[in-house]
Amino acid sequence: MKLSPDETIFWQYKFITINLTMVTTWALMLVMLVSSWLVTRKLKGDVKVSRWQCILEMIVIGIKNQIKEIGLNKPEKFIGFIGTLFLFITLSNICIIFPGYEAPTGSLSTTAALALCVFLAVPFFGISEVGILGYLKSYLQPTFIMLPFNIISEVSRTLALAIRLFGNIMSGGMIVSILLSIAPLIFPVLMTILGLITGIVQAYIFSILAIVYIAAATQEPKSKEKKVISKTK
Amino acid sequence: MESSTLIAIASIVTAGITTGIGVMMPALGQGKSISSALNAMAQQPDAAPTITRTLFVGLAMLESLSIYCFVISMILIFANPFWSHVIAK
Repeated sequence: MKLSPDETIFWQYKFITINLTMVTTWALMLVMLVSSWLVTRKLKGDVKVSRWQCILEMIVIGIKNQIKEIGLNKPEKFIGFIGTLFLFITLSNICIIFPGYEAPTGSLSTTAALALCVFLAVPFFGISEVGILGYLKSYLQPTFIMLPFNIISEVSRTLALAIRLFGNIMSGGMIVSILLSIAPLIFPVLMTILGLITGIVQAYIFSILAIVYIAAATQEPKSKEKKVISKTK
Repeated sequence: MESSTLIAIASIVTAGITTGIGVMMPALGQGKSISSALNAMAQQPDAAPTITRTLFVGLAMLESLSIYCFVISMILIFANPFWSHVIAK
């Protein structure tokens, strides 16, 4: 039994291997690129817009509102990163309704890459918002005793992000393939529907957690705010 | 007994126990969190969107614990490193 789509290999030359995960990822990227290009080709500011532009506006505004609700005040800066994560994971998870498709998020290499992106984006956004010193100070919250635990949590939450997404999608695919051999008539369809729900929820969770981590790094240390308040008093 | 038999017995039994306990405990935690979220929503329907969002994030966190157990038992059954080490010998 296959654990991940990594094991289906299309083409191999020395150490370069092209497997099903990469091909599916490229296909999804192409679909997203072409569809967004087709939609944004003729944007209009009128009252009457095309239905595709309407859908796109709904998606973008929805993501923006979610980012704002969590506590990032300038969502325009983060929507490129968060929205890409969310749309890619959602698309790759809901495409399991097509027969013969294997989600690239069901492979540990894809999810590890996505989690590494979040791992690198946290210091990037943190430093660009509050500066290097402000970012390093966030490791000393609430006291300096917590420094090693903060560093450990930085690594362990990245691992948890990767394993969570991988495990959920992989388990969905595996349950369907086990059920196909036991009760092939109706139950695999029901489990696939459940897999659609878990896929969308996991995409939501992944991006929400990315926003929470970035928001924790970009917040100013609280002691500074208190000082400002006491000064104004 | 040969070492391969021992490894097979240990992996299969451990995989079953891992999934069993790893499903039981997060299920208790999830039930508790859902019931208290329902209580809070019944008392304050205005705060329902915030509670739902936090509930979903928390449920996914709890769910991921049982998923870790599932991944470990899958590794023990389908991709056991000790087993393949003994077989390769």
